[in-house]
Amino acid sequence: MTITIPPTIRGIEFSADMLFVTAKAWILTLLGRFLPDWLIVLASITISGVVILCLGPLIMMYLTLLERKLIGRIQNRYGPNRVGKWGLLQPIADGIKMFTKEDIVPAKADKVVHLLAPIAIVVPALMIFLVVPFGERMTAVNLNIGLLYFIAVSSITILPIFMGSWASRNKYSLLGGMRTAAQMISYEIPMTLAVVPVIMMSQSLSTNTIVLTQEGSYDMNWFIFTPWGIVGFVIFFLCATAECNRPPFDLPEAESELVAGFHTEYSGMKFALFYMAEYMNAFTLCGIAVTLFLGGWQGPFFPSWLWFSGKTFVLICVMIWFRGTFPRFRVDHLMGFAWKFLLPLTLINILLTALWQFTSNLAAWLWSILILGVSLWTLVKLNRTFVPEKRHYLLES
Amino acid sequence: MTLFGWGVLKGMGVTFKNFLTSYFRKPDEGGIFTVQYPEEREGTAENYRNFPFLVYDGAPEKIRCVACGICERECPPKCIHIEMELDAAGKPARKPAVFDIDYGLCMNCGMCEEVCPFDSIFMDHAFEVAAPERQIGLVRHKKELLKSNEYFREIRPALASAIDQKRKAVEEKKKAAAQPASSQSSGGTGSL
Repeated sequence: MTITIPPTIRGIEFSADMLFVTAKAWILTLLGRFLPDWLIVLASITISGVVILCLGPLIMMYLTLLERKLIGRIQNRYGPNRVGKWGLLQPIADGIKMFTKEDIVPAKADKVVHLLAPIAIVVPALMIFLVVPFGERMTAVNLNIGLLYFIAVSSITILPIFMGSWASRNKYSLLGGMRTAAQMISYEIPMTLAVVPVIMMSQSLSTNTIVLTQEGSYDMNWFIFTPWGIVGFVIFFLCATAECNRPPFDLPEAESELVAGFHTEYSGMKFALFYMAEYMNAFTLCGIAVTLFLGGWQGPFFPSWLWFSGKTFVLICVMIWFRGTFPRFRVDHLMGFAWKFLLPLTLINILLTALWQFTSNLAAWLWSILILGVSLWTLVKLNRTFVPEKRHYLLES
Repeated sequence: MTLFGWGVLKGMGVTFKNFLTSYFRKPDEGGIFTVQYPEEREGTAENYRNFPFLVYDGAPEKIRCVACGICERECPPKCIHIEMELDAAGKPARKPAVFDIDYGLCMNCGMCEEVCPFDSIFMDHAFEVAAPERQIGLVRHKKELLKSNEYFREIRPALASAIDQKRKAVEEKKKAAAQPASSQSSGGTGSL
């Protein structure tokens, strides 16, 4: 018996663009023949939930492989290429290894918190997936406060990291945890302020609406094509890199100074969960950056979910590229960069957006470039490294 | 003053170039250096040395070694053990009955090769000598150590041909010396 997909299911036309939406609707109509309506609602939630719960770890697994391959190429090596074709089964081998490793808990550790931290860290990482618009009509929960939810949930990540570092009873862990707290709270502020222009322009906190406002001709009216959009995107992306503790902002796990930072005392699957959260955060933050500035799933010719995943993939590659290029920040430079450079720039950017809103023509471009140029120059001047004059002591006779 | 952030972009350019060239350049020009060992191998240099082996000419019975024991004495870690073969009369047959080298002990110095006056022991190129047990796999006996002169010529052509020439010259000299000696053997001994 062959099952043919009808061209319209409950009013949704079948197309490549709507592939996943149609698939879900089709499953639900199939279930609708046997189940009552209230169970169908539950099934709809379950399908989205299961997809996200599978997608998160799957993305994490293949991000590790992608990262190792790209970093390898940057350093003139092949990456992993032994397990499966092009090393495609390497993440599975790593997973099996992680599961079979001994789980070591330090003797003086706070055992309950030590166990809870890696579990708790995955939760916010997965929760952010809810508001990421993967494609047209493919936002799991279309919250009208989506962006606020994202900012709130992503900042929870600090807590489990600090729990883990505190419970380990290890000085390196604790130092790493302290640094994480300082870094993440600092970078949260320019990140949130970098988002404000987007909220101003789209007049909505819903991620879906923000994407819809970037439609325009050829679906190319992305926010990054405006001066405030470029500045906002760069700031947001830098802060996102810092938020998920990726190089060059990886001070919490600076291996040359702190052994492994907050997860020094973790092994086996607990350790893997920290990594899982980190990579899923990297993915969702890139996804949100795409949503806010790069037009989300908007784009000509290709299906919406392909546009979204393509843009996110490019951003993740840039993050990996950063890791292959830059040495780690010094702690004071890191803090100075957030507070003395990014924060004033975001404030100027908000003013710039207001200007843009009221004079939307060529003059606005010129004004924006002028203001940005002057403010950048001033900030660089103010932030320049102070090198004291070398003192010479003349020896007596 | 250069443009702010220019160094950052320049650095990213360097890594991006490296990423791209790794796909199509040769190792020395920015390509991948990795030699994927079991499948790909870099050849060994002629004077590469690791473990000693014994050379024979033609058949394994015609072994060059005369069991003089110089290498046994000279070997710094004392990894060579030789026993002279005795003929029916109990006289030394100028041939090793036992010739063992403990590869686990050998330090690859090549002194045995240097001191051997009979051009019999040389350093090999074979480096895959893993063994499951120290006493079983790594103590190599005469049978495993014997390798033909052809093999020697293959791995170290320059040295082998030089030695072959030298041996040939010595042989001819000997023959030339033996020719007149045999013709006047009746009264030749008186000159001694």
